[in-house]
Amino acid sequence: MSTNGARRLDVAAIRNDFPIFETGIVYLDSANTSQRPRQVTGAMLDYFEHFNSNIHRAAYHIAEVATERYEGTREKVRAFINAASTKEVIYTRGTTEAINAASTKEVIYTRGTTEAINLVAYAWGRKNVRAGELIVLTILDHHSNIVPWQILAAANGARIEYVDIDEKGELRQDQFHELLKRSPRLVAFSQVSNALGTINPAREMVAAAKAAGATVLVDGAQGAPHQGVDVRALGCDFYAFSGHKMLGPTGAGVLYGRRELLEAMDPFQSGGDMIKTVRIEGTTYHDLPWKFEAGTQAIGEVIGLGAAVDYLSGLGMEAVRAHEREITEYAYEALSDIEGLTLYGPPPSRRAGVISFSLEGIHPHDLATIADRDQVCLRAGHHCAMPLMTRLGVAATARASFYVYTQKDEVDRLVGSIKEAQRIFK
Amino acid sequence: MSSGTAADDQFYREYILDHYKNPRNYGRLEHPDISHEEDNPLCGDVVGMDFRVNDGVIEDVRFHGRGCAISQASASLLTERLKGLALDEAKKIDKNDVLGELGIQISPARIKCALLSLKVLKVGAYGLADDEDEE
Repeated sequence: MSTNGARRLDVAAIRNDFPIFETGIVYLDSANTSQRPRQVTGAMLDYFEHFNSNIHRAAYHIAEVATERYEGTREKVRAFINAASTKEVIYTRGTTEAINAASTKEVIYTRGTTEAINLVAYAWGRKNVRAGELIVLTILDHHSNIVPWQILAAANGARIEYVDIDEKGELRQDQFHELLKRSPRLVAFSQVSNALGTINPAREMVAAAKAAGATVLVDGAQGAPHQGVDVRALGCDFYAFSGHKMLGPTGAGVLYGRRELLEAMDPFQSGGDMIKTVRIEGTTYHDLPWKFEAGTQAIGEVIGLGAAVDYLSGLGMEAVRAHEREITEYAYEALSDIEGLTLYGPPPSRRAGVISFSLEGIHPHDLATIADRDQVCLRAGHHCAMPLMTRLGVAATARASFYVYTQKDEVDRLVGSIKEAQRIFK
Repeated sequence: MSSGTAADDQFYREYILDHYKNPRNYGRLEHPDISHEEDNPLCGDVVGMDFRVNDGVIEDVRFHGRGCAISQASASLLTERLKGLALDEAKKIDKNDVLGELGIQISPARIKCALLSLKVLKVGAYGLADDEDEE
């Protein structure tokens, strides 16, 4: 175990912050969406019950409080990802929307990762990716980091190449470097694979792609919550992640973008709050980051995201990583011992807290149904990574994923469900 | 942990597991009169059916595909019922018939698995592009 130096998480104390565990469930689907502690729901409730109002507009006290909390989250996020300015932090509804933050001007709120990536594909891609130019993606990517680029390529006449994986489920760096020789306009890949847990060598890949002249977007949906990120050290142009996978609520995500890129981009959505002046003759847009945050935002959710960042920062990302590594190693070993079980992806030392597997003769959905009867929440399906499933030659896998609240006895419960399924299907 | 044996399992009943492990009428027909395949994009399950129809009667039927116990057992059970049935009668089979045949409580999350083979039958028999009513 490589926990030297890192504080250990007090998992029992952490679990007390999550009322959902009082129901007795074993929650092994945090890569899908995490659970939320009382600190997060409490911060949201405080807004809804005590200072619910719209931001940036009203001249009364509670609206000032709401604005301060909403914008205050941007500084928390900026520090969490080490963006240079909050102007680079754009809120989105999830990862797809969020990839941008060094200054808080670089921190843009979106609904999530999906919205963040769509924002970049639309507001940057349509203007900057031209016919015949190359976009490099990877076979490991989530649909949210594939489909927006396919739509862009179809619209602009660009081409897409996908970096393949090797037998361990790791990106083929030789092939990646060959593709870089063809001077791609854009390189987009995930920091961590949601389906296999593979931790990609993001820093090296960004450096190589930048050296080849590409603009680089990193999908941090599975990275920010588990590995953390330093966007300036990473050196990417865009970084997107979702709040709901890192203890925050659904509907609030973040896009970080390098300031000069964001400055040169046109808005994504337009309307209220993203303008300076609107005249019949034309409109001037607001400064960063608000240029990208049109309409009334998910205020309560962004405030909840701020509480989630505080919670994770309080634990320390080093300790979060160490805990997940310990659970993942334990689970990997326990699952390896089961006859007829196939594990996908790299060894536990090179993966995040995600384990995809299949059982001989038992479909993942049947396993998930049987596990559910034991109150074990397990994901079964293609994990929004159908190109990867096709590459692996399977239609679906079962997936267990872990977070700060996962305990070893929950892994034991999963093993029990697997054995129960094997007994029924023997 | 759940208790009990496979035989008294309320969901994975013995006959369902039997149809899953030993599917009836499994395979392909040469030169079928009707052939159709559907998938369930949520889980990647696939069911396809080939029909030989003579004088409006389904003389022979085979199914192929891959998927969970529920989708495959449901397809196997349906082919048993279809063999020798008039095509017009087959068109009248509805979702209650299929669920009744399965004889277990299907949760909303698994209903598409149970009805995938019915969708294949309906779209194949009517030549419809899609039949959302049966979902």
